[in-house]
Amino acid sequence: MVVCKTPRLLIEPSLATGICPGCGYGIIKRLLAEVLEELVIDEEAIGVYGIGCTGYVTRHFDIDWLWAQHGRAPASATAIKRLQPEKIVITVQGDGDLCAIGCSEVIHAAVRNEKITVFFLNNGIYGMTGGQMAPTTLPDQITTTSPQGKSPELAGMPMKMTEMISVLPVAYVARGAIYNPAEIRKTKGYMKQALEAQVNNEGFSLVEILSPCPTNWHMTPVKAMERIKNKVVPYYPLGEMVTKGGES
Amino acid sequence: MAKVIMRGNQALAEAALRAGCRFFCGYPITPQSEIMEYLAARMPEVGGHFVQSESEVAAGSMLLGAATTGFRVMTGSSGTGFTLKQDAISWMASYDLPGVFVNVCRYGSGLGQSTKAGQDAYLQATKGGGQGCYRPLVYGPGSCQEMVDLMALTFEKAEQYRTPVILLSDGALGQMMEPVELPEYQEPDGDKPWALKGKGKGKGRRLISPQRTDPLYEQHLREKCAHIAATEQRWEAVQTEDAEVILVAYGISGRVCKEAVRVARAKGLKLGLIRPISLWPFPTKPFEQVVETAKGFLVVEMSALGQMTEDVALSVKCQKPVYLYPSGPTPPKGNVILQMVEDILQGKLKEVF
Ligand SMILES: Cc1ncc(C[n+]2csc(CCOP(=O)(O)OP(=O)(O)O)c2C)c(N)n1
Ligand SMILES: [Mg+2]
Repeated sequence: MVVCKTPRLLIEPSLATGICPGCGYGIIKRLLAEVLEELVIDEEAIGVYGIGCTGYVTRHFDIDWLWAQHGRAPASATAIKRLQPEKIVITVQGDGDLCAIGCSEVIHAAVRNEKITVFFLNNGIYGMTGGQMAPTTLPDQITTTSPQGKSPELAGMPMKMTEMISVLPVAYVARGAIYNPAEIRKTKGYMKQALEAQVNNEGFSLVEILSPCPTNWHMTPVKAMERIKNKVVPYYPLGEMVTKGGES
Repeated sequence: MAKVIMRGNQALAEAALRAGCRFFCGYPITPQSEIMEYLAARMPEVGGHFVQSESEVAAGSMLLGAATTGFRVMTGSSGTGFTLKQDAISWMASYDLPGVFVNVCRYGSGLGQSTKAGQDAYLQATKGGGQGCYRPLVYGPGSCQEMVDLMALTFEKAEQYRTPVILLSDGALGQMMEPVELPEYQEPDGDKPWALKGKGKGKGRRLISPQRTDPLYEQHLREKCAHIAATEQRWEAVQTEDAEVILVAYGISGRVCKEAVRVARAKGLKLGLIRPISLWPFPTKPFEQVVETAKGFLVVEMSALGQMTEDVALSVKCQKPVYLYPSGPTPPKGNVILQMVEDILQGKLKEVF
């Protein structure tokens, strides 16, 4: 009896993933592999990934990949899709990559309604560089650059990039989480719909996924998942924001 | 083919298209904007793509992405905008990706002066304005026709050496109208070994810098650069064989200097000119031939401090004095050049090297 099957796109399952214990990126990596397989679009997929732990999502992941400059994946993806409209072009970006340094690139790719799909992995922190404050860090959250807790006075309230993009007439926008099996299933559905929007040539699609970073949050994996449900989701509500043809 | 009258920027843009370029991205900046305006209209006519980017930073990243498709791709800018593309140039160099960066140079640091042509992006272009070790080939055309002719070469060299290449024009050449003969159209071809096309029936491929995987990367880079330096030098030499003083100038200044040589010769002054066309690799070879016979070299360029003087001093291995006429934001003047040459011959001008 088969109880657990590794997606065909995740090759070399015995090699190190680079992902910390309890990080959400392993789940997201699996979901991405599953949706690409189920839609049978992996052969024409080109992934553009940002700088950060998001790179681990692409490791031993059997599609074509380009490692973009920090934050600039949507600009590089724009050109790839324009020149090769028959390909499926995705980006995988962290919250520092997409909300801070790459704020302009993602917004303008959405404004131009580029036919690309952005996977925005929000762990509320700069994971790769050791847990600095991000534009998505919650008020009072302690990070290495907000040692007294993030001050909304000085650093502002967390950025709602997905909401900001959802006011534009793009094809599909949603936010999901992965803190329990039900949310994982919903998030997988969002990812699939975002890619379908691209397959159907509808325009820009984006899925934000709230993901735990137990290492830099200094929590156990279970506590980190609970924090998403109890602290992160109240500020970053889940669900679809834009569906088919720009109707919310 | 019959000649047509074209503005430099437009001739450059049309030549890029005819060289098979099918992607252009850019952000408005004077004196480069005519290139993007021209291609905004022309690209769709040939089935190509034009994207007005949200910034020069994004334009650089678009070019990087575009280059991974295997097609011939180009971006254009000037001054502060060209500076914002340095990171993308460094990244493309790290990936061995070909692509063309045009800089229609405007004068000055900071914002500079949009309506003033300049030649003070020489160091930035030739020595690399981004992080790490890399050397894009750099070409400095001296006329609209040369701009057209170099455009095809620029794409060829980018692909041959898998490197970003810089075409260093300036505001004066960009605005100048001259008759040009345009080449035939080349078919675009994105079928290149470095292109990411989706894995198809094969295995997924990751574009990764050989810096990270090839233990001999540094050695290969040194060999590649040495090969380019030895084989890709281009220049025009005007009456250098018997010249006592040799002017060294590229681009717009090279034109003024050519005329100065003609006037000087009519007066009996033994003046010559070396006009570099490839700026990296810098043409050292023409200097080897004249370093014994010439008394000195006068660099003429539109800058404040002189940016090409070191390259000239190194090319003559400091065996002969190198002088400088930095004309700033106005084109150099023929009579000033002639006066300086006479001063050099009389030992009245101080050399810079
Ligand atoms: C231009 C530039 N600035 C800074 C860095 C350093 N850097 C590497 S990863 C990273 C943080 C990425 O954080 P995020 O996008 O949230 O991804 P995560 O690691 O959390 O998945 C930074 C700032 C860089 N690589 N490039
Ligand atoms: Mg992060």
